[in-house]
Amino acid sequence: MSIKKHKNLTRTNDISPMQWVSLFLVGIFVVIPLLATALGGFKTTGELRKNPFGTPASWNPMNFIEIMSDSTLFLLLLNSLLIAISTVFLSVVLSSMTAFAFAHVKFYGRSLLIRFMFLGLLFPAATAILPLFLKLRDLGLLDSHLGIILAQTAFSLSFSVLLFHNFFKEIPNELIEAARMDNCGYVRTYIYIVLPLSLPIIATVGVFAFVGSWNNFLLPLVTLNTPEKYTWPLGIMQFRGEFGADWPKILAYLTLTITPAIVFFLAAQRYIVAGLTGGAIKG
Amino acid sequence: MNVLKTIGRSKFSSRSVVLTLFLPPTLLLFFWFVVSPMIDAGRFSFYDWNGYGQMTDFVGLDNYADVLTHRHFSTAIRNSIIVIVISLIVQLPLALWVALALTEKSWTISAIRVLFFLPFMLAEVASGLIWRFVYDGNYGLVPAVGDMFGADLPFVLGDRLWVMPAIMLVVVWKYFGFHMMIYIAALQSISKEVIEAARLDGIGKWKIIWHIKIPLIRSAIMISVFFSVIGSLQLFDLIFPLTGGGPSHSSHTVVSFLYQFGITRQKLGFGGAVSVMLFMACVVITLLYQRALKAQESHE
Repeated sequence: MSIKKHKNLTRTNDISPMQWVSLFLVGIFVVIPLLATALGGFKTTGELRKNPFGTPASWNPMNFIEIMSDSTLFLLLLNSLLIAISTVFLSVVLSSMTAFAFAHVKFYGRSLLIRFMFLGLLFPAATAILPLFLKLRDLGLLDSHLGIILAQTAFSLSFSVLLFHNFFKEIPNELIEAARMDNCGYVRTYIYIVLPLSLPIIATVGVFAFVGSWNNFLLPLVTLNTPEKYTWPLGIMQFRGEFGADWPKILAYLTLTITPAIVFFLAAQRYIVAGLTGGAIKG
Repeated sequence: MNVLKTIGRSKFSSRSVVLTLFLPPTLLLFFWFVVSPMIDAGRFSFYDWNGYGQMTDFVGLDNYADVLTHRHFSTAIRNSIIVIVISLIVQLPLALWVALALTEKSWTISAIRVLFFLPFMLAEVASGLIWRFVYDGNYGLVPAVGDMFGADLPFVLGDRLWVMPAIMLVVVWKYFGFHMMIYIAALQSISKEVIEAARLDGIGKWKIIWHIKIPLIRSAIMISVFFSVIGSLQLFDLIFPLTGGGPSHSSHTVVSFLYQFGITRQKLGFGGAVSVMLFMACVVITLLYQRALKAQESHE
């Protein structure tokens, strides 16, 4: 224990004073806008003008109470949550099945198909948003959550398949073959052997799909018309449009909407890091 | 013999079952919502069409000519190039510099790491609004800083000269943590023995970083450059809440230009032409990346 501690000490000393100073400065750069936002919600407009950095004169929670007493905010968050959960479910199920077939079933044209799927990493939804809009319109899926879920899932598939594929490749082929010799077909091997081994990667893919869906703006922007169906990024832009320069109210609204995301991020960050290192680098 | 035959057969049927169950749903969804819209964009780009009725008005390359001669397109291209260049020469070095200090595993260091990564996880729309407040000429942080030094700072987001530097600061704030994480992961995979051996040889810390660590994480740097360029080209969600492309269309990126002049005006042919050019740019960059990757692999 004491040796370990000593080692850690020398390691921390490895960070030179210059590095500590730059870490400190970067830290300020990262934190100040967030902190000023959280504090600003408690201030009055006049106070914000004179003292945007400091703590508020009184911790008046009126802005927060006002926003929360209106059910709109909860409806927005609920819509976003339902869309995100459905996207996660579809994305995890579909991409894990496909990646399993890519990694452990030999078939003609497999490597071509894999490359084809990974091409999707280059298509941001933004570039094809107009034709995508028409597709959804022709299917009668405009102004519907289902349309957003399907399109979002489709756009998340490439990255999800990539993550699962990298993980499944590491599962020894002998294990798969042994399971199949026991007269487990591929499908049962996938369900009973592969999936239980894959919980970490399922979490990673799920977290990425969730965050992508939760933060998505463009797709709901162009497809949704009914305010009751809006997701929270649309709601926040609308709120900002309504209240113009009433910054304290907008800042309170921002604080309320990003807090759940920050809590979720802190809980899930190790899966996000695993995804970045496992997927991005080896891929 | 018989047994073998059944196994062979069950293997075969199990294979066709898995292939028919596991592949088509994904491929259908992917084709329908990702590939086919992209092909459509290509088709639309040769027509003058508003999305309703028959698409009959074939105009050849007119849409491309319209885009290229559009007076705000060159601004959008210039801005996208600015975003790429600043990302590469400011954001990535900053991310690497920070990553080098945050490689070790300790409680404090992980906490700092998580903090730096936080902006990346926040929605672009929320980040954009937060920074719109920071830059607000009446209530924001920037004029308050100006007051401290007795300077009268402009409404940065309303100023044609200041708007792009202001956006770039937000881009760095939002995305440097992502690149930092890639570098940290790569730095952590460097074998401790190599570093230890160099240290025992009396090689200094900065020399180790410059001559050993950085060359060893070259492939991570390459992928981060790749993500950075592609991401810069596709920048949109931040621009919308920050400036909406203003003032007087001076802060459009390629995608916000596409949104403003193609989507909101229902000009599918025009928008399609922008999409095709953007997609081509992404493909070219990917090919360059793959070539560089191969060159590096054969080098090793």
